[in-house]
Amino acid sequence: MEYHGGTYDVIVVGAGHAGCEAGLAAARIGAKTLMITLNLDMVAFMPCNPSIGGPAKGIVVREIDALGGEMAKNIDKTYIQMRMLNTGKGPAVRALRAQADKFLYQHEMKKTLENEENLTLLQGKVERLIVEDGVCKGVITHTGAHYYAKAVVITTGTFLRGEIIIGDIKYSSGPNNQQPSIKLSEHLEELGFELVRFKTGTPPRVNSRSIDYSKTEIQPGDEVPRAFSYETTEYITDQLPCWLTYTTEATHRMIDENLHLSPMYSGMIKGTGPRYCPSIEDKIVRFHDKPRHQIFLEPEGRNTEEVYVQGLSTSLPEHIQRQILATIPGLERAQLMRAGYAIEYDAVVPTQLWPTLETKIVKHLYTAGQINGTSGYEEAAGQGLIAGINAARKALGKEELILSRSDAYIGVLIDDLVTKGTNEPYRLLTSRAEYRLLLRHDNADLRLTDIGYKIGLISDARYEKFLAKKAAIEKEKKRLQTFIIKPTPQVQEVIRKAGGSELKDGIRAADLLRRPEMTYEHIQLLAPAEEDIPADVIEQVEIQIKYEGYIEKSLQQVERLKKMENKKIPEDIDYDAITGLATEARQKLKQVRPLSIAQASRISGVNPADISILLVYLEQGRIARVSNE
Amino acid sequence: MEFDTIAAISTPMGEGAIAIVRLSGEKAIPIADRIFKGVGGKQLKEVPSHTIHYGHIIDPANGQTIEEVMVSVMKAPKTFTREDVVEINCHGGLMSVNRVLQLVLTNGARLAEPGEFTKRAFLNGRIDLSQAEAVIDLIRAKTDRAMHVALSQMEGRLSKMIRHLRQTILETLAHVEVNIDYPEYDDVEEMTHQLLREKATYVREQIERLLQTAQQGKILREGLATAIIGRPNVGKSSLLNNLVHENKAIVTDIPGTTRDVIEEYVNVRGVPLKLIDTAGIRETEDIVERIGVERSKQMVKAADLILLVLNYNEPLTEEDEQLFAAVEGKEVIVIVNKTDLPQKIEMERVRELAAGRPVITTSLLEEKGIDELEEAIARLFFTGGVEAGDLTYVSNSRHIALLHQAKQAIEEAITGIEAGVPIDIVQIDLTRSWELLGEIIGDTVHESLIDQLFSQFCLGK
Repeated sequence: MEYHGGTYDVIVVGAGHAGCEAGLAAARIGAKTLMITLNLDMVAFMPCNPSIGGPAKGIVVREIDALGGEMAKNIDKTYIQMRMLNTGKGPAVRALRAQADKFLYQHEMKKTLENEENLTLLQGKVERLIVEDGVCKGVITHTGAHYYAKAVVITTGTFLRGEIIIGDIKYSSGPNNQQPSIKLSEHLEELGFELVRFKTGTPPRVNSRSIDYSKTEIQPGDEVPRAFSYETTEYITDQLPCWLTYTTEATHRMIDENLHLSPMYSGMIKGTGPRYCPSIEDKIVRFHDKPRHQIFLEPEGRNTEEVYVQGLSTSLPEHIQRQILATIPGLERAQLMRAGYAIEYDAVVPTQLWPTLETKIVKHLYTAGQINGTSGYEEAAGQGLIAGINAARKALGKEELILSRSDAYIGVLIDDLVTKGTNEPYRLLTSRAEYRLLLRHDNADLRLTDIGYKIGLISDARYEKFLAKKAAIEKEKKRLQTFIIKPTPQVQEVIRKAGGSELKDGIRAADLLRRPEMTYEHIQLLAPAEEDIPADVIEQVEIQIKYEGYIEKSLQQVERLKKMENKKIPEDIDYDAITGLATEARQKLKQVRPLSIAQASRISGVNPADISILLVYLEQGRIARVSNE
Repeated sequence: MEFDTIAAISTPMGEGAIAIVRLSGEKAIPIADRIFKGVGGKQLKEVPSHTIHYGHIIDPANGQTIEEVMVSVMKAPKTFTREDVVEINCHGGLMSVNRVLQLVLTNGARLAEPGEFTKRAFLNGRIDLSQAEAVIDLIRAKTDRAMHVALSQMEGRLSKMIRHLRQTILETLAHVEVNIDYPEYDDVEEMTHQLLREKATYVREQIERLLQTAQQGKILREGLATAIIGRPNVGKSSLLNNLVHENKAIVTDIPGTTRDVIEEYVNVRGVPLKLIDTAGIRETEDIVERIGVERSKQMVKAADLILLVLNYNEPLTEEDEQLFAAVEGKEVIVIVNKTDLPQKIEMERVRELAAGRPVITTSLLEEKGIDELEEAIARLFFTGGVEAGDLTYVSNSRHIALLHQAKQAIEEAITGIEAGVPIDIVQIDLTRSWELLGEIIGDTVHESLIDQLFSQFCLGK
């Protein structure tokens, strides 16, 4: 029965990690927003690893928070363990990771959605979009309801024509045996979208009571209280540990002998899987001489005995999975609760998107998350936030937001996707960020709070606190740059104890801090501040002074990037009219349609000569316009 | 495409009275100041625009005086490119101009692409619309040629070594990255400062070695290998003496590996020639002819350019014909000498044998026809007729500049390591050096690091 269901500013299809951020951001900006999901009990569900954060990804979570998103706050309320990784390395690569209580995480997020002004949460299956003259005007559900909106965001994850594969069994399904979304996938193809088939996988889960933990190593959380959100002030102190064990020779033999039963090698799986998260059979085949692989046992929550067997992602038949588990110390008697599986799904080729995440084919339509070929909750949430912001701003007639590669990991992620596309499910890595010294865990607020505030996702109170922090950082830096430390016996003693060489002369506190062996704590002894300085201010002062030279180098690179980004390419440029472009470059440029010379230069197959020609052509156009006026 | 500071020799190649090294860009004046010592310690950054200054070019690395120069300073926007422009007027030949260019490049400028000054003039709004098409053609045409050169160099030893070095850096980088992105994976050994220092030091040493071998480029270092061949008594020795006396000898007395082969270097209108087996020529002409066609053939093999000398005063002989056969497929200039004596040679047959290659008539005794000969040599070289081994002059300058920058980056990495800077920060300089080396062989694709990561290590959390 066809009927009119309602009119909104923004509709978000899906309520996973991308959908939640998109819906909340749109509603909070002031857009009347509808979120439609297949199953309301699965809001913000974690079908794979019950954890959030880690290298690069953890920084994304901080960025989401600085922009006014929800993921950081939600995990801060629901973690069972929190650890800072890479503490022995430089500040650029430190990253926070939390193990989540995956059920609590869902409940908290659902509650937040339910309580949001401007936001309507609805269970339903979207099968078609309402598209008129190339503009998306709304969606139609399987019950025949027509919902209208000025902008639509699709965040359907791995549901598009999803298929689960275990051994020789294959069936149509979303993750964790949910309903797949088949008609929407077909509809996108009808609209002219190019889709690609990707594959990912998940390991088996076992009952905690059947694990012999005495054969494993404990991995506790940090004792120092930590949080993702800059606004979190209360910390969960009662943490649960994870456990570490290893595969054995017997495990490898078992997999070797049953490789022919793996759908990966029988040819049943056609989708491209991620290299950064290989299945255990993949690890054994590709790194045959490795005697053992790590297996992490991660609790899925406080009110469950289910344990996630990290490192054992597999699509081997269920009975083989049982036998494999039995070869692993601690898991000999493990009770299998859910078998691991591989899932294949459709993704939209992301070069069909603008850097705003609006599709080039249908206007006012946005896609975000795994549907764009990424993997990971954090990558999804980051895109969801940007798509939600932009859909709302489009609906409200405001200019859209594009983060640069030098602003945020989210900027790197989206730019990579829309400029280069991806051949496998895309995961953020710190090595993808060329300015990673600038894109740190600690300074996400300094990088992005201003933007979040301008957009309307940061409250006045929070913004004022932020400005005060900034001022305090500058004040303390200035103090250290002018304070002279004299070579008194007490000073020399402190320096000697720290393992440094004694002063010959007076030295500015900032210069002394630059010495590798010196920390702010030492400086505090030698050049005490008059007032109490908060820890987050000290952190910034120390990093900014200590690594000033390297930061300066990165900033110079960014300066060059900005120059190129300021050279805009008009959307209506006709690449066929430009003489001299190489054929491959022309094709790629027509496909990607970069918005700036900087973006154009990152497209593979576009050479410096083509960029030169493009620059000349643009300049020609400018001159022509000036002389016409 | 960044508007960094570019430099090039902007006078035509060859032996002019003055050669100009031109710089354009934001840092043109500071770079020039770094290597210029004016009278009374005058700084170029303090002089008024559009003025010219006398002084010396000094290598800041060792304080050595390179060249006596006049330097013009022109400040933006009233310049050809609408950027700050510095022009260094040099008086020496190709060698010294080239050294000035090298110095400019190692002090922060980038070698200009062909047509780049013009391109900047255009992009900065200096040139009007009608010239735009020409600029495009220029970029395309020159780049294609550059590509061609790049491709032929791909097979060269240089690119092979660079690939090896890059792979070493890449593996190291992947190792560092893995430690960062997969901190809990204990089966990947933690990269230590010591390990990193070993790798970085190795890379630095290799770059230094490359710089030594490539310092002046093959031609500038070795010259264009040139053989003078001909029957006895046709005037080989006179030709040799003329070339050597007329032109400044750049380097002399470089003994070859074999006992009786001596090489002499001359600069003919900017073309450095390495004359092969000059001792042999002198000995045999002076005493008894012991060298037959066999020896000539050997010389031909080693030469890039052959000067085949005939006697105007004698009919062509069987031996002359054999020499023509021996130089088949080589760059040859035929010299018919002794026009001061009556003609007995059949010039039509000579031209027939020369098959379109230049034929010059000379009287070395009366010093006639030498200009024409030098003209022919220069033309052959600068119009690209001569394939000068695997490293050409221009692209080699680019390579050298990039190698210097790569070396600087790796040195900064080593300094960082020694100061105990965290590895993931030292890695910034390591990556930079990897990218710079990649520019030499035209490969800077960032994706290869990620590929290396996954092929080198077994990962997954």
